[in-house]
Amino acid sequence: MNLTTSLHRSPAGPVLRVLRQRALQAAAVALLVSTACFAIVQSLPGDLAFRIAAGRYGYDQVTAASADTVRAELGLDRPAWQQFLDWTGDLFTLNLGTSLVTGTSVAGELGLYLWSSLQLAAAALVLALALGVAGGALAACRPGGVLDRLTTLWVSGSRALPPFLLGLLLILVFSVHLGVLPAAGHGETRSIVLPAATLAVGLSGLFARVTRDAVADVRQSDYVRFAAAKGLGGRMVFLRHILRNTGVTLISYVGVQMLILIEGVVIVESLFAWPGLGHALVHAIFWRDLPMIQATALALALLVVALNTAVDLGAVALDPRPRHREFVL
Amino acid sequence: MSWRRMKVVGASLATVLMMAGCAGQGAPSSPTPEHPVKVVGPFELHSLDPSTAGGFFTRLQVAETLVDADTQGNLQPGLSTRWDASADGLSWRFTLRPDALFHDGTAVTADAVASALQAARAKGGTPLSTAPVTTITADGGTVRVDLAKKFAPLAAVLAHTGTQILAPSSYGPGNAVTKVVGSGPYRIERLEQPANIELTAFEKWQGRKPAISKVQYQAAGRAESRTLMAESGQADVTFGIDPTSLQRLERASKVTIEDVTLPRTILLKVNSGHEILGDVRVRRALSMALDRESMATAVLRDPEMAATQLFPPSLPAWHQHSVTPLTHDPSGARGLLAQAGWHPGDDGTLERNGKKFTVSLRTFPDRPELPILATAIQAKLKGLGIALDVKVGNSSEIPAGHQDGSLEFGLYARNYALVPDALVTLADDFGADGADYGAMGWNNAILTSTLNTMASGSDPGGQPDGRRKVTEILQSELPVIPVAWYRQSAVVSKRVEGLSLDPLERSWRLTDLIWAK
Repeated sequence: MNLTTSLHRSPAGPVLRVLRQRALQAAAVALLVSTACFAIVQSLPGDLAFRIAAGRYGYDQVTAASADTVRAELGLDRPAWQQFLDWTGDLFTLNLGTSLVTGTSVAGELGLYLWSSLQLAAAALVLALALGVAGGALAACRPGGVLDRLTTLWVSGSRALPPFLLGLLLILVFSVHLGVLPAAGHGETRSIVLPAATLAVGLSGLFARVTRDAVADVRQSDYVRFAAAKGLGGRMVFLRHILRNTGVTLISYVGVQMLILIEGVVIVESLFAWPGLGHALVHAIFWRDLPMIQATALALALLVVALNTAVDLGAVALDPRPRHREFVL
Repeated sequence: MSWRRMKVVGASLATVLMMAGCAGQGAPSSPTPEHPVKVVGPFELHSLDPSTAGGFFTRLQVAETLVDADTQGNLQPGLSTRWDASADGLSWRFTLRPDALFHDGTAVTADAVASALQAARAKGGTPLSTAPVTTITADGGTVRVDLAKKFAPLAAVLAHTGTQILAPSSYGPGNAVTKVVGSGPYRIERLEQPANIELTAFEKWQGRKPAISKVQYQAAGRAESRTLMAESGQADVTFGIDPTSLQRLERASKVTIEDVTLPRTILLKVNSGHEILGDVRVRRALSMALDRESMATAVLRDPEMAATQLFPPSLPAWHQHSVTPLTHDPSGARGLLAQAGWHPGDDGTLERNGKKFTVSLRTFPDRPELPILATAIQAKLKGLGIALDVKVGNSSEIPAGHQDGSLEFGLYARNYALVPDALVTLADDFGADGADYGAMGWNNAILTSTLNTMASGSDPGGQPDGRRKVTEILQSELPVIPVAWYRQSAVVSKRVEGLSLDPLERSWRLTDLIWAK
């Protein structure tokens, strides 16, 4: 049998292909999410004008007169399809509109909330990676050793503690007893430490587990043994062979965790009075602030697409093997 | 093996560095006049517009109203030093404080004040928009307000926080407030909606300079976060701590607690147009069924807050010692219900002509004690054989239910001194047509005419009698059933002194604060 294998990359290259696919996905997601948000808000119980007025005037002061003012000002009597077309039209011109409650630009508010959430998520991720990857890599050096067992304990412990309880514990220790960090709030640089640590502890356990297993697997592989056999030093083997090969697994895993992290910051943001996307979305839903709900949901959805794209690109960069193989028999 | 050792050392170093970085700033330094006083509360700033921002900027002493009020609700000069009504009572003149300046350096002129008031009047749902005002104009350095009919509480309406006077530079197109440029002792340094506000003492403020020149306000939505911020010393003044945490903090003695009774009452709004609740005997029976003292003790941790009448002692002009207090009397309640034709059915639920006594109550969780009080009321009524369905939802469902007539009971807190003269709120709540947060399907000709006479100001000497008459009618007819009064507390760190709470919640009086020696 004459077997020839011809390998060649797709004409646009893997990077462009990933970007093209994801751009299409982003457009579809944007349309789907905004339509779904609009339909869901319209079907929620309660009078929209009263809900918005409750947001604007405060809970003891919303009256029928203030609701009427809101209704007239926002044209809530118009048919739903007209309101939806208006919003979709604005979206195509990249205009997210103004908040029905605060009266300020949604884009401006969203920018602040998104930035705060991303800051928190990034700080948590860096901390979780530092703790988790270091712990996992060290544990994999001697599977079954003391460090490995300690890591397993850490993984179970960190997963068993709900973020709300962990956050309260951290505040009690670092703010109330030691007095070294602010308990909650936003504005000081140090304010980010406790919410980020709360998120990071939960994540770090999983990262440690995944890193430990991936490193242990790769260490057992033929190419690592070959690299060691040909005389490469332990450090070179770790950096050139183990770390890079583990990276492909880890990056995909981090991508999934990032999504959970972005969605999971709501409780932590609420406990630490951190003005992020979760906080914004909950308030917007409570007040039926439609432009804000749509913009926040859209931002979250696009963030998912962006993260998936980053994961794909990261994997492409780390793994030099071509994406497509053509076998010619 | 050196590589492995290096990894261990590296990881340990990284962890230590991170921890050190976290803790690097150390404990807060001892306060100086430049050190900000940190105020924490549950209130978020959703809008800069005075009509919707509540009293945010008067509490922070950034903006002023023409008229101010003392702790008893007596009117005091604010931006206006004096006010006079014409002989027929239809035209009022407000003289402005000379040399008053806005924070942008411009003078507080009659024109600027008239424009600000016109903007406030155009916003729906504020007392100024419903007052019988025809025009507001600048007239020779004074502000002139013309009325369609006599309205004695006009000056009190101009003390409502919705009538804050902002500089012309505060307004954008369509009179939308784009920034807050007031004339008070503090000016806004930085504002990050919805949770952070930083203030600095206004250099050109003519009054007494605040001892502490910087203020930071931080909103924190969760009560446990606020408690921990107070306990850890991060906050100097904390509002909105739940009763249980207050007790704990008081025992810990790391902080001091200031409190004041507010002119606010938690009450049950009753649909008196309802086929069951329209009977005054039923309303009285329901009132007797409530064990207010136990509810106040268990939920508010404060037995003194059990309401014996609608108006709390913090409204001294309206609180009447002469009226018979509302008391817990289950057997009396059963007797009244039997008189009204309600008798226990087979399952214990009261019945009349084959119809069961089943009603619903709407409330909301923004004031955390409300749902708990609602379930306590539910339990007490169940003891009488009344099935009460408690619905916890959005606050707007109470006015919405009032409008469409579907509301049966609503449980909420009502502040009778948002306008320092409670008459304005009462005339609205118990007018002939009822109101979202007042009577529903109920009116009383004597009460309406008494309130109207008092509002016209035609018989100033008869005001005490009028107030007594109003309280007595409300106590016997019970268009709303009072449940509890309200105490506001603030947790104050030992770093600051001089905080005194304003029962009208118009100001947090931050200018009176000093750093403890």
